[in-house]
Amino acid sequence: MRFLSILLVSAALFASDKDSFFLKGVTVFPVSSPKIDNTTLLVVDGKIADIGAKSAPKGVRVIDGKGLQVYPGIINSATNIGLSEISSIRETNDTGELGDFNPQLRAIVAINPETEHIPVVRANGISTVLTLPGGGGFGGGGTGIIMGQAALIHLDGYTYEEMEINRTAAYQMRFPTMQSRTFDFDTFQFSRGSFAESKRRFDTQMQEIKRFFSEARTYMQAKTAKTPGLKTNVRFDAMIPLFEGKAPLMITASKEREILAAIKFAEEEKVKIILADVREPGKATEEIAKKKIPCILGPVTQLPPEADMSYDFNYSLPSQLHKAGVKFAFGSFQNQFARNIAFEAASASSYGLPYDEALKAITLSAAEIWGIGDKYGSIEKGKYADILVTNGDPLEVKTDIKMLFIQGRQQSLESKHTRLYDKYRQRPN
Amino acid sequence: MKFSLLLLPCLLLAADPPLVVQNANILTVTKGTIKGSILVENGKIKEVGEKVMVPPGAKVIDASGQFILPGIIDSHSHIAADSINEGSISVSSMVRIEDVLNPEDVAIYRAIAGGTTIANVLHGSANAIGGQNSLIKLRWGKKAEEMFWDKAQPSIKFALGENPKRQGNPTGGRVGAANVNTLRYPATRMGIEDVYVEAFTKAKEYRQSWKDYEAKKAKGEAVIPPRRDLQLEPLVEVLEGKRLVHVHAYRADEILMMIRIAEQIGFKITSFEHILEGYKVAKEMAKHGSAGAGFSDWWAFKIEAYDAIPYNMAIMARKGVLASVNSDSADTIRRLNTEAAKTMKYGGLTEEEALKLVTINPAIHLQVDKYVGSIEVGKDADFVIWDKHPLSSFARAQQVYIDGVKYFDRDDDASARVKIEAQKKALEDKLRRQTPATRRPQ
Repeated sequence: MRFLSILLVSAALFASDKDSFFLKGVTVFPVSSPKIDNTTLLVVDGKIADIGAKSAPKGVRVIDGKGLQVYPGIINSATNIGLSEISSIRETNDTGELGDFNPQLRAIVAINPETEHIPVVRANGISTVLTLPGGGGFGGGGTGIIMGQAALIHLDGYTYEEMEINRTAAYQMRFPTMQSRTFDFDTFQFSRGSFAESKRRFDTQMQEIKRFFSEARTYMQAKTAKTPGLKTNVRFDAMIPLFEGKAPLMITASKEREILAAIKFAEEEKVKIILADVREPGKATEEIAKKKIPCILGPVTQLPPEADMSYDFNYSLPSQLHKAGVKFAFGSFQNQFARNIAFEAASASSYGLPYDEALKAITLSAAEIWGIGDKYGSIEKGKYADILVTNGDPLEVKTDIKMLFIQGRQQSLESKHTRLYDKYRQRPN
Repeated sequence: MKFSLLLLPCLLLAADPPLVVQNANILTVTKGTIKGSILVENGKIKEVGEKVMVPPGAKVIDASGQFILPGIIDSHSHIAADSINEGSISVSSMVRIEDVLNPEDVAIYRAIAGGTTIANVLHGSANAIGGQNSLIKLRWGKKAEEMFWDKAQPSIKFALGENPKRQGNPTGGRVGAANVNTLRYPATRMGIEDVYVEAFTKAKEYRQSWKDYEAKKAKGEAVIPPRRDLQLEPLVEVLEGKRLVHVHAYRADEILMMIRIAEQIGFKITSFEHILEGYKVAKEMAKHGSAGAGFSDWWAFKIEAYDAIPYNMAIMARKGVLASVNSDSADTIRRLNTEAAKTMKYGGLTEEEALKLVTINPAIHLQVDKYVGSIEVGKDADFVIWDKHPLSSFARAQQVYIDGVKYFDRDDDASARVKIEAQKKALEDKLRRQTPATRRPQ
């Protein structure tokens, strides 16, 4: 014990002021274990060094957090942060490249670190987001099948390299739908075709997908076998980490039929999957749970998909999935309301999801789904200090975010919104 | 005709027994919080207090640990309207939402399930001067005529900025890209101002022609009356203060333009709707006396929404503007309580101030605050029982009353689901039996 504290002290001696601090008088909600009242948190070199230490090692900045509450930084598991500034203006959107199969595209390289969305989202306690290369409609560009590689990023850094947690957190795939009712963004209207027609379209698309996967796999085998004369194919090369199980395929599939088809497809192709924007899983729920497929759920507060569904269909979906044993995290699937992810979790909680699970879905569960559960998502010794300090429950709308740390670095909570607020509230009357 | 329709719900209500809700935390909005009871008779609030009389035969509800808030009023909605925009012309003041109100729109039910009892159903924003709106009580299950409310003031929709100029400028100014034959004036914010000047110039001439006619007629002269103009009539009503003006507005410059042009022409702007930059010109709005209904935290969906900030309502409220939070959305109308709570986070409004944003404040600017917007004796019994404080993210509407009649009950909703599922299945089976096997979906 003494040895450990000596180690800590010596570490603290070299600790940079920028990512080391001692937070005292706080209640810590580690998420991975029950809350600890009136305690302290020591962060050294960006990592959580101790919880409950009596005093700060010499030279470490002391922050009085009397009466405040400490949580892990919030993770939003689906956004277009950095790739989309104003959703309706094409020029400000880098989502949705042309073409159906683009596994080689990387969201990370198109992230604008100066986007106004980052400070706005960060001000609500969000430390980490998944940024998707694909968007849908409204200036979001084309809707391909494999849209590219989604990046998991910290909302801190001068460059996208500094923000990066994992540039290939997942490959984003939009699974073909069998919907006969489709929305046409050109005419701004719904149109309805026959079921047979949409089934034919679905089958054709599935054939194309299977052919692409099959060709990519053949290419990989040829490459492994060092087949002479094999020409490099950038797109097929980009599929190799997926085939090797190093990154999952994040498949957008909302309804039972598509979800079951996606699960079957993943089994045939032997790839790891995450299901995204699950809305009407129906009987597929059991299958999702049995196969332990993680899900990223869209906005809990969105309207029920059909007129004859119960009014709380979306509010209660997370609760039903939880009861069935499905693991999930929440995502916004756009930017405008990305800062509200904690309130989405709260809505799920008021319609049946246990509170602890709601909190996990924006912290630890999200970190685990994205493969960083050993380093992020909870407040435990040795984990990175992505830390949120509040004056109340972060799921409550009215709670104020007091401090946010990313890897121990204190973040500015200023944004375009606070700047305009300060300017105009001071406008003379 | 209109009278008999309005009497109908009143007659039905008279037959209902009195209702007493006991042991609730009553957020009256205008008179603080009372731990006590409400007595409802004939659709009105008869008593509010720690203890109220329980008349014989009254239905008594125990709301221990729960909260009562007046029904939420959404000053800006498009639910239940079969069509929203008459966008073919820039002045469509002759068209009326009341002609296209669909009482079976499920959005109504979902809205009451989220605690909203009154919605101002507005014409769209495709033109500078839009159509006539309908303020409705969300009496789900009733006919359209029974949703219209006799206390509602006539009103009209105006719109500024990108939407009304889009049809004049669909390609964002790229020369040659547009088909000029489909263009509609105006294409700029300058043109939008001109639409108001021209329309109201005509309206004033039209009013004068009727005044001249009446004067000559009074003198006994044989005169032919002017031809009735349904487009200009509502604008004359605006000039005479008989029709409220709700203006779709985002940017500060257009808000200021609207205020100045209204002052020049001689009418008042009742409210700027889903206003985004009201915070920049709160001073001017307060002086003009227009209300500001805003989005809680919408932003960056258009370039004109890039300076939208969630602190908007707080600044407007602090600078003397009658502020409220509106939905403009079939989705958000279901949770205006927590939308209001965002003003506590962004700008530090108190609980009471936040609650006013979705209750009494919209009632005041819609000029129906004598009847709704707070829990007070004599007002309509429009209220919601919440399981938790309605400003909490975790609050859920349990029961919703309009004119003392229950239109939503979470328990009833849950127990009805089995029956609805069975009905749905029976219909599907019937359909399947009637459809040839080869065409059946798998």
